[in-house]
Amino acid sequence: MSIIEGTKDNFEKEVIKSDKPVLVDFNATWCPPCQALHPILEEMAEESDDYKIVSVDIDDEDALAEQYEVSSIPCLVVFKDGEEVDRKIGLQPKKRLIKMLEK
Amino acid sequence: MHDIIVVGAGPAGLTAAIYAVRANKKVLVLEALACGGQIINTSHIDNYPVAPHITGADFGKTLQKQAEDLGVEIEYDEVTHITPIEGGFKVESEDEEYSAKSVILATGTSPRKLGLENEDSFIGKGISYCATCDGGFYKGKTVAVNGGGNSALHEALYLSGICDKVYLIHRRDEFRADAALVDKVKTKDNIELVLNANITKLNGEKHLESIETDNGHTLNVSGLFVAIGRIPNAAGLVDGLELTDDYVASGEDCKTNIPGLFVAGDVRTKELRQLVTATSDGAIAATAAIDFTHE
Repeated sequence: MSIIEGTKDNFEKEVIKSDKPVLVDFNATWCPPCQALHPILEEMAEESDDYKIVSVDIDDEDALAEQYEVSSIPCLVVFKDGEEVDRKIGLQPKKRLIKMLEK
Repeated sequence: MHDIIVVGAGPAGLTAAIYAVRANKKVLVLEALACGGQIINTSHIDNYPVAPHITGADFGKTLQKQAEDLGVEIEYDEVTHITPIEGGFKVESEDEEYSAKSVILATGTSPRKLGLENEDSFIGKGISYCATCDGGFYKGKTVAVNGGGNSALHEALYLSGICDKVYLIHRRDEFRADAALVDKVKTKDNIELVLNANITKLNGEKHLESIETDNGHTLNVSGLFVAIGRIPNAAGLVDGLELTDDYVASGEDCKTNIPGLFVAGDVRTKELRQLVTATSDGAIAATAAIDFTHE
C-alpha cells in the first residue's frame, strides 16, 4: 500500500473508522525532518498491509492540526479503533514506529 | 559479510560510503533516524564551497541521491552495539545482526537539553530543538532562543523573520558564533539580547507561557528554542573504545584505538565541527577502511 493523503474530508473514513491501526504523520513542506522522514514512511507503507499510513499537511489541513493540538512537527500519532493511543514528536527510528503500531 | 559498514547517514557517513563504493567495496550504511544528519535543519548554508545558499535539506537529499545512485545501500536501523570479532566486527541492532571487515562510526551528535525538571512535558508544547521545523507555529508571537553558538544565532535570525519578537538568551556576555552572524543579529530590531543569563524555570499550564532566568528576568514567551550545544552519540556503543570528553578519541587520520574501526564527522574529537570537515573526515576514514580491508 502507499501513503494516504489525509484531509478533513477523508479523516473520519481513513483514520477514525479504520479497521487497521493508523500512523498519522502531521508534517509540512517547509519542515526538513518531515521531508527526510517521508521516504522511510513510504518504505513502511509498502512493506506491510497490517497498518495504514496517513500523511496530513498541516498548512493544507490546519483544522485537523488544530483539532489534534499539533504544535511541533514531525508529529506522529497512532490511532486504534478511532482512539489516539500513542504520540511521538520528532524523528523516530523506523522500527520504533512499527512497534508503536504493533503494540 | 560486508566490506565496510558505515554507522550514520549524515554528511560524514554518506561521503565515506561514496568513497568506499567507488573503490568497489560492498558497503552498507545503517541510519537510526533519517538521511542527512544535523545539517538538514540549517535553513541556508553559505560556507560550503561551490554550493552557495543551498538549504540543509537539499544538501542532505542531494548527498543521499548521489550515494544511492552510486550503489550505496542504506538501511534504517538503530545500531545498539558493535563488537570486534575474528576478521572484522559484529554490528547489532535491537532485532538484527550485521557484520563487516571494517566499521566507520559517523553517528554525529544530538541536541543537549536544558536539564530542567519539567522540560520534557513542554516538548511540542512550547519547547523545540528545531527552529526550521516549528518556527511556523509561532508566527507573530514572542519566543526565546537559548544559546550562543552558530546554531543559536541562525535560529534567532530565522525566527526574527517569522515572530514578533525574539529574546536571545546566552550564559556569557559574548557569542561563540561567527562574527558575520553576530553582526547580522545586532541589526535586527526584534531580537533582544539577554546576556549572562541561564534559564532556571519553565512556567505554563498546558503550554509554555514564561521562562525565568538566574539574573532575575521573567520573560513571557510562547516558544523556547534550545540550541545550547550537542552531545556526541558514542557512549556505550563499542566496548573498549577510547573516548575523550564523550567524543571518540582520534586524530586527523580518523583512526580509533581499535584496529579496523574508524570515526568520521562531529562524533570525533576535533577542533572544528563543520560540514566541510565532516565530508573531509568521510573521505579519510573511508580510504583508511578500504586499506584495512586489503590487509
